[in-house]
Amino acid sequence: MIPAAFDYYRPKDVEGVIALLQEHGDDARVMAGGHSLIPMMKLRMAEVPHLIDLQDIAALKGIAIDGDTITIGAMVTQHELINHDGLSAAAPILSEAALQIADPQVRYMGTVGGNIANGDPGNDMPGLMQCLDAQIELLGPEGTRKVAAREYYEAAYMTDREDDEVLISVRFAAPTGGYSYEKQKRKIGDYATAAAAVQITKAEGKVATASIAMTNLSDVPVWSEDAGDALVGTTCDTEAMKAAVAAMLGDIDPTEDNRGPVAFKRHVAGIILTRAITRAWDRA
Amino acid sequence: MSDKMHIKLNVNGEDHEFLAEPRDLLIYALREKLNITGPHVGCDTSHCGACTVTVDGKSVKSCTMFVAQANGAEITTIEGIGQPDALHVLQESFREHHGLQCGFCTPGMITRATKLLEENANPTEEEVRFGMAGNICRCTGYQNIVKSILAVASELNSAKEAAQ
Repeated sequence: MIPAAFDYYRPKDVEGVIALLQEHGDDARVMAGGHSLIPMMKLRMAEVPHLIDLQDIAALKGIAIDGDTITIGAMVTQHELINHDGLSAAAPILSEAALQIADPQVRYMGTVGGNIANGDPGNDMPGLMQCLDAQIELLGPEGTRKVAAREYYEAAYMTDREDDEVLISVRFAAPTGGYSYEKQKRKIGDYATAAAAVQITKAEGKVATASIAMTNLSDVPVWSEDAGDALVGTTCDTEAMKAAVAAMLGDIDPTEDNRGPVAFKRHVAGIILTRAITRAWDRA
Repeated sequence: MSDKMHIKLNVNGEDHEFLAEPRDLLIYALREKLNITGPHVGCDTSHCGACTVTVDGKSVKSCTMFVAQANGAEITTIEGIGQPDALHVLQESFREHHGLQCGFCTPGMITRATKLLEENANPTEEEVRFGMAGNICRCTGYQNIVKSILAVASELNSAKEAAQ
Protein backbone atom coordinates (compact mmCIF):
# COMPACT_ATOMS: atom_id res chain seq x y z
CA MET A 1 0.00 0.00 0.00
CA ILE A 2 2.45 2.57 -1.24
CA PRO A 3 0.91 5.77 -2.59
CA ALA A 4 1.94 7.33 -5.89
CA ALA A 5 4.89 9.70 -5.64
CA PHE A 6 4.28 13.37 -4.93
CA ASP A 7 6.07 16.60 -4.23
CA TYR A 8 5.61 17.77 -0.66
CA TYR A 9 5.16 21.37 0.48
CA ARG A 10 4.79 22.78 3.97
CA PRO A 11 4.06 26.51 3.55
CA LYS A 12 4.15 28.85 6.56
CA ASP A 13 1.13 30.97 5.65
CA VAL A 14 -2.14 30.78 3.72
CA GLU A 15 -0.78 33.04 0.97
CA GLY A 16 1.79 30.37 0.25
CA VAL A 17 -0.97 27.76 0.03
CA ILE A 18 -3.00 29.83 -2.43
CA ALA A 19 0.08 30.43 -4.59
CA LEU A 20 0.74 26.67 -4.78
CA LEU A 21 -2.90 25.93 -5.59
CA GLN A 22 -2.84 28.52 -8.39
CA GLU A 23 0.42 27.15 -9.75
CA HIS A 24 -0.60 23.48 -9.78
CA GLY A 25 -4.39 23.62 -10.17
CA ASP A 26 -6.09 20.22 -10.09
CA ASP A 27 -2.78 18.47 -9.42
CA ALA A 28 -2.47 20.01 -5.94
CA ARG A 29 -4.41 19.25 -2.78
CA VAL A 30 -4.16 20.54 0.74
CA MET A 31 -3.85 18.10 3.62
CA ALA A 32 -4.84 18.79 7.22
CA GLY A 33 -4.49 15.75 9.52
CA GLY A 34 -4.37 13.42 6.54
CA HIS A 35 -6.52 10.72 8.11
CA SER A 36 -9.01 10.75 5.22
CA LEU A 37 -6.60 11.64 2.42
CA ILE A 38 -3.66 9.35 3.26
CA PRO A 39 -5.76 6.15 3.31
CA MET A 40 -7.22 7.17 -0.08
CA MET A 41 -3.72 7.84 -1.43
CA LYS A 42 -2.50 4.47 -0.14
CA LEU A 43 -5.37 2.76 -1.93
CA ARG A 44 -4.49 4.85 -5.00
CA MET A 45 -8.06 6.09 -5.07
CA ALA A 46 -6.59 9.59 -4.77
CA GLU A 47 -3.52 10.70 -6.66
CA VAL A 48 -2.00 13.97 -5.53
CA PRO A 49 1.09 15.03 -7.48
CA HIS A 50 1.53 18.12 -5.27
CA LEU A 51 0.65 17.67 -1.59
CA ILE A 52 0.37 20.82 0.53
CA ASP A 53 0.62 20.11 4.26
CA LEU A 54 -1.11 22.80 6.37
CA GLN A 55 0.49 21.84 9.72
CA ASP A 56 2.76 24.91 9.99
CA ILE A 57 0.04 27.52 9.47
CA ALA A 58 -0.58 28.93 12.93
CA ALA A 59 -3.43 31.16 11.69
CA LEU A 60 -5.60 28.07 11.12
CA LYS A 61 -5.21 26.66 14.64
CA GLY A 62 -7.26 28.96 16.86
CA ILE A 63 -10.52 28.57 18.76
CA ALA A 64 -12.18 31.94 19.47
CA ILE A 65 -15.27 32.51 21.60
CA ASP A 66 -16.24 36.16 21.16
CA GLY A 67 -19.49 36.96 22.94
CA ASP A 68 -21.88 34.41 21.49
CA THR A 69 -19.90 33.85 18.29
CA ILE A 70 -17.66 30.79 18.07
CA THR A 71 -14.94 30.52 15.42
CA ILE A 72 -12.93 27.34 14.98
CA GLY A 73 -9.83 27.30 12.76
CA ALA A 74 -9.63 24.59 10.14
CA MET A 75 -6.53 22.95 11.71
CA VAL A 76 -8.01 22.53 15.20
CA THR A 77 -7.88 18.79 15.87
CA GLN A 78 -10.75 16.75 17.29
CA HIS A 79 -8.55 16.14 20.35
CA GLU A 80 -8.09 19.90 20.88
CA LEU A 81 -11.79 20.54 20.36
CA ILE A 82 -12.74 17.91 22.97
CA ASN A 83 -10.27 19.27 25.53
CA HIS A 84 -11.07 22.98 25.13
CA ASP A 85 -12.87 24.03 28.32
CA GLY A 86 -14.48 27.17 26.93
CA LEU A 87 -15.83 25.34 23.91
CA SER A 88 -17.20 22.45 25.95
CA ALA A 89 -19.14 25.01 28.02
CA ALA A 90 -20.29 27.18 25.09
CA ALA A 91 -21.26 24.41 22.65
CA PRO A 92 -21.21 21.02 24.40
CA ILE A 93 -22.66 19.24 21.35
CA LEU A 94 -19.24 19.65 19.68
CA SER A 95 -17.32 17.49 22.12
CA GLU A 96 -20.23 15.05 22.42
CA ALA A 97 -20.00 14.51 18.64
CA ALA A 98 -16.20 14.59 18.39
CA LEU A 99 -15.84 11.89 21.06
CA GLN A 100 -17.80 9.60 18.74
CA ILE A 101 -15.39 10.12 15.83
CA ALA A 102 -12.89 7.34 15.16
CA ASP A 103 -10.46 6.57 18.01
CA PRO A 104 -7.95 8.50 20.17
CA GLN A 105 -5.03 8.24 17.73
CA VAL A 106 -7.16 9.48 14.84
CA ARG A 107 -8.60 12.33 16.95
CA TYR A 108 -5.08 13.63 17.71
CA MET A 109 -4.52 14.10 13.97
CA GLY A 110 -7.98 14.52 12.46
CA THR A 111 -9.11 18.12 12.16
CA VAL A 112 -12.40 19.99 12.20
CA GLY A 113 -11.59 21.61 8.85
CA GLY A 114 -10.65 18.36 7.14
CA ASN A 115 -13.78 16.65 8.41
CA ILE A 116 -15.96 19.50 7.11
CA ALA A 117 -14.11 20.11 3.85
CA ASN A 118 -13.64 16.76 2.20
CA GLY A 119 -17.31 15.96 1.63
CA ASP A 120 -17.29 12.34 2.82
CA PRO A 121 -20.96 11.58 3.65
CA GLY A 122 -19.77 9.52 6.63
CA ASN A 123 -18.09 12.46 8.36
CA ASP A 124 -19.85 13.74 11.49
CA MET A 125 -18.94 17.45 11.44
CA PRO A 126 -20.88 18.40 8.27
CA GLY A 127 -24.27 17.42 9.72
CA LEU A 128 -23.34 18.99 13.03
CA MET A 129 -22.41 22.27 11.30
CA GLN A 130 -25.75 22.22 9.46
CA CYS A 131 -27.55 21.71 12.77
CA LEU A 132 -25.69 24.74 14.18
CA ASP A 133 -26.29 26.78 10.98
CA ALA A 134 -22.55 27.42 10.69
CA GLN A 135 -20.86 29.61 8.10
CA ILE A 136 -17.87 28.08 6.34
CA GLU A 137 -15.10 30.52 5.48
CA LEU A 138 -13.13 29.89 2.28
CA LEU A 139 -10.00 31.71 1.19
CA GLY A 140 -9.11 32.00 -2.49
CA PRO A 141 -7.06 34.23 -4.79
CA GLU A 142 -9.77 36.92 -4.61
CA GLY A 143 -10.01 36.89 -0.81
CA THR A 144 -12.44 35.20 1.55
CA ARG A 145 -16.09 34.30 1.16
CA LYS A 146 -18.61 32.62 3.43
CA VAL A 147 -20.93 29.77 2.57
CA ALA A 148 -23.66 28.40 4.82
CA ALA A 149 -22.96 24.79 5.85
CA ARG A 150 -26.53 24.06 4.77
CA GLU A 151 -25.57 25.13 1.19
CA TYR A 152 -22.02 23.77 1.05
CA TYR A 153 -22.52 20.08 0.15
CA GLU A 154 -23.42 19.16 -3.43
CA ALA A 155 -22.78 15.40 -3.62
CA ALA A 156 -20.35 12.87 -2.14
CA TYR A 157 -16.91 14.56 -2.12
CA MET A 158 -18.37 17.47 -4.12
CA THR A 159 -18.69 20.79 -2.34
CA ASP A 160 -19.04 24.47 -3.15
CA ARG A 161 -15.27 24.94 -2.61
CA GLU A 162 -13.29 25.77 -5.76
CA ASP A 163 -9.98 24.01 -6.50
CA ASP A 164 -7.98 27.15 -5.66
CA GLU A 165 -9.78 27.77 -2.35
CA VAL A 166 -8.93 26.57 1.16
CA LEU A 167 -11.39 26.13 4.01
CA ILE A 168 -9.91 28.29 6.76
CA SER A 169 -12.52 28.38 9.52
CA VAL A 170 -16.07 27.70 10.57
CA ARG A 171 -18.22 30.14 12.54
CA PHE A 172 -21.56 29.85 14.31
CA ALA A 173 -23.60 31.38 17.11
CA ALA A 174 -23.18 29.58 20.44
CA PRO A 175 -26.20 27.29 20.64
CA THR A 176 -28.69 27.61 23.50
CA GLY A 177 -31.08 25.08 25.02
CA GLY A 178 -30.73 21.31 24.95
CA TYR A 179 -28.52 19.31 22.62
CA SER A 180 -27.68 15.78 21.63
CA TYR A 181 -25.45 13.98 19.16
CA GLU A 182 -26.50 10.34 18.79
CA LYS A 183 -24.64 7.92 16.54
CA GLN A 184 -25.27 4.27 15.72
CA LYS A 185 -22.16 2.47 14.49
CA ARG A 186 -21.13 -1.15 14.04
CA LYS A 187 -18.12 -0.80 16.31
CA ILE A 188 -16.16 1.95 18.00
CA GLY A 189 -14.22 3.94 15.41
CA ASP A 190 -16.69 3.25 12.62
CA TYR A 191 -18.58 5.76 10.53
CA ALA A 192 -22.27 6.12 11.35
CA THR A 193 -24.96 3.72 10.21
CA ALA A 194 -27.09 6.71 11.20
CA ALA A 195 -26.37 9.78 13.31
CA ALA A 196 -28.48 12.73 14.43
CA ALA A 197 -27.52 16.21 15.66
CA VAL A 198 -30.29 17.97 17.57
CA GLN A 199 -30.54 21.37 19.27
CA ILE A 200 -33.83 22.34 20.98
CA THR A 201 -34.85 25.47 22.90
CA LYS A 202 -37.79 25.52 25.29
CA ALA A 203 -40.18 28.34 26.22
CA GLU A 204 -43.16 28.00 28.56
CA GLY A 205 -42.95 24.22 28.51
CA LYS A 206 -43.03 23.96 24.73
CA VAL A 207 -40.45 23.61 21.97
CA ALA A 208 -39.51 27.13 20.83
CA THR A 209 -36.96 26.15 18.17
CA ALA A 210 -35.55 22.87 16.92
CA SER A 211 -32.72 22.13 14.49
CA ILE A 212 -32.16 18.57 13.24
CA ALA A 213 -29.46 17.21 10.93
CA MET A 214 -28.71 13.62 9.93
CA THR A 215 -25.42 11.98 8.92
CA ASN A 216 -24.56 9.19 6.45
CA LEU A 217 -28.14 8.77 5.27
CA SER A 218 -27.70 10.42 1.87
CA ASP A 219 -24.72 11.42 -0.29
CA VAL A 220 -24.73 14.73 1.60
CA PRO A 221 -25.59 15.64 5.19
CA VAL A 222 -29.32 16.27 5.61
CA TRP A 223 -30.65 19.24 7.56
CA SER A 224 -34.35 18.46 7.91
CA GLU A 225 -36.23 21.71 8.35
CA ASP A 226 -39.57 19.85 8.36
CA ALA A 227 -38.43 17.57 11.18
CA GLY A 228 -37.52 20.57 13.32
CA ASP A 229 -40.80 22.32 12.44
CA ALA A 230 -42.75 19.22 13.50
CA LEU A 231 -41.51 19.76 17.07
CA VAL A 232 -42.01 23.52 17.38
CA GLY A 233 -44.98 24.47 19.56
CA THR A 234 -45.39 20.94 20.94
CA THR A 235 -44.49 19.56 24.37
CA CYS A 236 -42.14 17.15 22.58
CA ASP A 237 -44.52 14.29 23.33
CA THR A 238 -44.54 10.93 21.55
CA GLU A 239 -46.83 12.17 18.78
CA ALA A 240 -44.56 15.14 18.04
CA MET A 241 -41.49 12.91 17.94
CA LYS A 242 -43.23 10.53 15.56
CA ALA A 243 -44.10 13.46 13.29
CA ALA A 244 -40.47 14.66 13.38
CA VAL A 245 -39.19 11.18 12.50
CA ALA A 246 -41.71 10.90 9.64
CA ALA A 247 -40.59 14.28 8.29
CA MET A 248 -36.91 13.29 8.58
CA LEU A 249 -37.58 10.00 6.74
CA GLY A 250 -38.99 12.08 3.88
CA ASP A 251 -35.71 13.96 3.56
CA ILE A 252 -33.08 11.19 3.77
CA ASP A 253 -32.06 8.93 0.91
CA PRO A 254 -29.83 6.13 2.21
CA THR A 255 -28.25 3.52 -0.05
CA GLU A 256 -27.49 -0.11 0.69
CA ASP A 257 -23.90 -0.88 1.66
CA ASN A 258 -21.95 -2.95 4.17
CA ARG A 259 -23.77 -1.13 7.01
CA GLY A 260 -27.06 -2.63 5.87
CA PRO A 261 -29.98 -2.44 3.45
CA VAL A 262 -32.07 0.69 2.97
CA ALA A 263 -34.97 -0.50 5.16
CA PHE A 264 -32.58 -1.15 8.07
CA LYS A 265 -30.93 2.26 7.74
CA ARG A 266 -34.31 4.00 7.74
CA HIS A 267 -35.28 2.02 10.84
CA VAL A 268 -32.04 2.96 12.61
CA ALA A 269 -32.40 6.61 11.56
CA GLY A 270 -35.81 6.76 13.27
CA ILE A 271 -34.53 5.23 16.49
CA ILE A 272 -31.43 7.42 16.62
CA LEU A 273 -33.42 10.60 15.97
CA THR A 274 -35.99 9.68 18.65
CA ARG A 275 -33.17 9.13 21.15
CA ALA A 276 -31.49 12.40 20.18
CA ILE A 277 -34.69 14.42 20.49
CA THR A 278 -35.51 12.81 23.84
CA ARG A 279 -32.09 13.62 25.23
CA ALA A 280 -31.97 17.17 23.82
CA TRP A 281 -35.44 17.89 25.27
CA ASP A 282 -34.39 16.54 28.68
CA ARG A 283 -31.44 18.94 28.60
CA ALA A 284 -33.44 21.94 27.27
CA MET B 1 9.54 9.04 -8.52
CA SER B 2 9.77 12.34 -6.72
CA ASP B 3 12.99 13.78 -5.35
CA LYS B 4 14.19 12.52 -2.04
CA MET B 5 13.90 14.82 0.93
CA HIS B 6 16.36 15.39 3.70
CA ILE B 7 14.55 14.18 6.82
CA LYS B 8 15.49 14.89 10.44
CA LEU B 9 13.84 12.97 13.26
CA ASN B 10 14.60 12.75 16.93
CA VAL B 11 13.66 9.21 17.92
CA ASN B 12 13.86 8.17 21.56
CA GLY B 13 16.21 11.08 22.28
CA GLU B 14 18.58 10.37 19.41
CA ASP B 15 18.88 12.55 16.30
CA HIS B 16 18.65 10.85 12.91
CA GLU B 17 19.13 12.33 9.46
CA PHE B 18 18.40 10.45 6.29
CA LEU B 19 17.02 10.76 2.77
CA ALA B 20 13.51 9.57 2.05
CA GLU B 21 10.77 10.01 -0.48
CA PRO B 22 7.95 12.18 0.87
CA ARG B 23 5.52 9.29 0.25
CA ASP B 24 7.41 6.95 2.59
CA LEU B 25 5.21 6.28 5.59
CA LEU B 26 6.64 6.95 9.02
CA ILE B 27 6.31 3.30 10.10
CA TYR B 28 8.48 2.12 7.17
CA ALA B 29 11.03 4.87 7.73
CA LEU B 30 11.35 3.83 11.38
CA ARG B 31 11.52 0.11 10.67
CA GLU B 32 13.50 -0.02 7.45
CA LYS B 33 15.72 3.06 7.50
CA LEU B 34 16.38 3.34 11.24
CA ASN B 35 15.96 -0.35 12.16
CA ILE B 36 13.58 0.60 14.96
CA THR B 37 11.30 -2.42 14.70
CA GLY B 38 9.30 -2.16 17.93
CA PRO B 39 6.31 -0.48 16.25
CA HIS B 40 4.67 -3.15 14.10
CA VAL B 41 2.79 -3.10 10.82
CA GLY B 42 -0.52 -4.77 11.59
CA CYS B 43 -3.33 -3.76 9.27
CA ASP B 44 -1.57 -0.93 7.40
CA THR B 45 -4.98 0.82 7.21
CA SER B 46 -5.02 2.91 10.45
CA HIS B 47 -7.39 0.54 12.23
CA CYS B 48 -5.30 -1.72 14.46
CA GLY B 49 -2.87 0.58 16.31
CA ALA B 50 0.09 -1.86 16.27
CA CYS B 51 2.16 0.93 14.66
CA THR B 52 1.34 3.50 17.37
CA VAL B 53 4.19 5.86 18.26
CA THR B 54 4.23 9.20 20.05
CA VAL B 55 4.89 12.16 17.74
CA ASP B 56 5.37 15.53 19.46
CA GLY B 57 3.24 14.37 22.37
CA LYS B 58 0.44 12.80 20.34
CA SER B 59 -0.38 9.11 19.94
CA VAL B 60 -0.17 8.53 16.20
CA LYS B 61 -0.72 5.56 13.91
CA SER B 62 2.55 5.75 12.03
CA CYS B 63 1.11 3.88 9.01
CA THR B 64 -1.01 6.97 8.37
CA MET B 65 1.65 9.65 8.55
CA PHE B 66 4.09 10.45 5.77
CA VAL B 67 7.68 10.73 6.93
CA ALA B 68 7.62 14.22 5.37
CA GLN B 69 4.89 15.23 7.85
CA ALA B 70 7.03 14.02 10.73
CA ASN B 71 10.12 15.90 9.53
CA GLY B 72 11.54 17.78 12.54
CA ALA B 73 9.43 15.89 15.08
CA GLU B 74 10.31 14.20 18.35
CA ILE B 75 9.20 10.59 18.32
CA THR B 76 8.99 7.99 21.05
CA THR B 77 8.64 4.29 20.24
CA ILE B 78 8.44 1.30 22.56
CA GLU B 79 12.27 1.19 22.50
CA GLY B 80 12.28 4.61 24.19
CA ILE B 81 9.83 3.51 26.86
CA GLY B 82 11.62 0.46 28.26
CA GLN B 83 14.56 -1.85 27.64
CA PRO B 84 14.84 -5.64 28.19
CA ASP B 85 16.92 -5.09 31.35
CA ALA B 86 14.94 -2.08 32.52
CA LEU B 87 11.27 -2.62 31.78
CA HIS B 88 8.81 0.23 32.06
CA VAL B 89 6.27 -0.17 34.84
CA LEU B 90 3.57 -0.83 32.19
CA GLN B 91 5.67 -3.59 30.65
CA GLU B 92 6.12 -5.15 34.11
CA SER B 93 2.40 -4.92 34.64
CA PHE B 94 1.56 -6.53 31.27
CA ARG B 95 3.91 -9.38 32.25
CA GLU B 96 2.42 -9.66 35.74
CA HIS B 97 -1.22 -9.62 34.60
CA HIS B 98 -0.77 -11.62 31.39
CA GLY B 99 -1.65 -8.56 29.30
CA LEU B 100 -0.34 -10.23 26.15
CA GLN B 101 -0.64 -13.52 24.38
CA CYS B 102 1.13 -13.44 21.00
CA GLY B 103 2.57 -10.00 21.79
CA PHE B 104 2.20 -8.51 18.32
CA CYS B 105 -0.06 -5.64 19.42
CA THR B 106 1.83 -5.03 22.67
CA PRO B 107 4.29 -2.30 21.55
CA GLY B 108 1.38 -0.23 20.27
CA MET B 109 -0.71 -1.00 23.34
CA ILE B 110 2.01 0.09 25.75
CA THR B 111 3.01 3.15 23.74
CA ARG B 112 -0.62 4.27 23.68
CA ALA B 113 -1.14 3.40 27.37
CA THR B 114 1.82 5.56 28.48
CA LYS B 115 0.18 8.56 26.81
CA LEU B 116 -3.24 7.66 28.22
CA LEU B 117 -1.89 7.57 31.79
CA GLU B 118 0.04 10.78 31.19
CA GLU B 119 -3.21 12.56 30.28
CA ASN B 120 -5.38 10.81 32.87
CA ALA B 121 -3.42 9.42 35.81
CA ASN B 122 -6.46 7.92 37.50
CA PRO B 123 -8.74 6.49 34.81
CA THR B 124 -11.85 4.39 35.35
CA GLU B 125 -12.10 1.04 33.58
CA GLU B 126 -14.42 2.67 31.04
CA GLU B 127 -11.91 5.46 30.41
CA VAL B 128 -9.15 2.91 29.84
CA ARG B 129 -11.30 1.00 27.36
CA PHE B 130 -12.30 4.22 25.57
CA GLY B 131 -8.73 5.54 25.58
CA MET B 132 -7.39 2.27 24.17
CA ALA B 133 -10.10 1.97 21.51
CA GLY B 134 -7.62 2.63 18.70
CA ASN B 135 -5.63 -0.51 19.51
CA ILE B 136 -6.84 -3.96 18.52
CA CYS B 137 -5.67 -7.27 20.02
CA ARG B 138 -6.59 -10.19 17.77
CA CYS B 139 -5.91 -12.65 20.58
CA THR B 140 -8.76 -10.65 22.19
CA GLY B 141 -6.88 -10.35 25.46
CA TYR B 142 -8.62 -7.12 26.37
CA GLN B 143 -9.60 -8.04 29.95
CA ASN B 144 -6.00 -8.51 30.97
CA ILE B 145 -4.76 -5.53 28.97
CA VAL B 146 -7.21 -3.29 30.80
CA LYS B 147 -6.30 -4.95 34.11
CA SER B 148 -2.58 -4.32 33.44
CA ILE B 149 -3.15 -0.62 32.76
CA LEU B 150 -5.47 -0.11 35.72
CA ALA B 151 -2.95 -1.83 38.02
CA VAL B 152 -0.25 0.64 36.95
CA ALA B 153 -2.56 3.60 37.50
CA SER B 154 -3.45 2.39 40.97
CA GLU B 155 0.21 1.69 41.81
CA LEU B 156 1.31 5.14 40.63
CA ASN B 157 -1.49 6.82 42.54
CA SER B 158 -0.77 5.02 45.81
CA ALA B 159 2.95 5.85 45.41
CA LYS B 160 1.93 9.50 44.90
CA GLU B 161 -0.28 9.43 48.02
CA ALA B 162 2.50 7.82 50.07
CA ALA B 163 4.91 10.56 48.96
CA GLN B 164 2.49 13.24 50.12
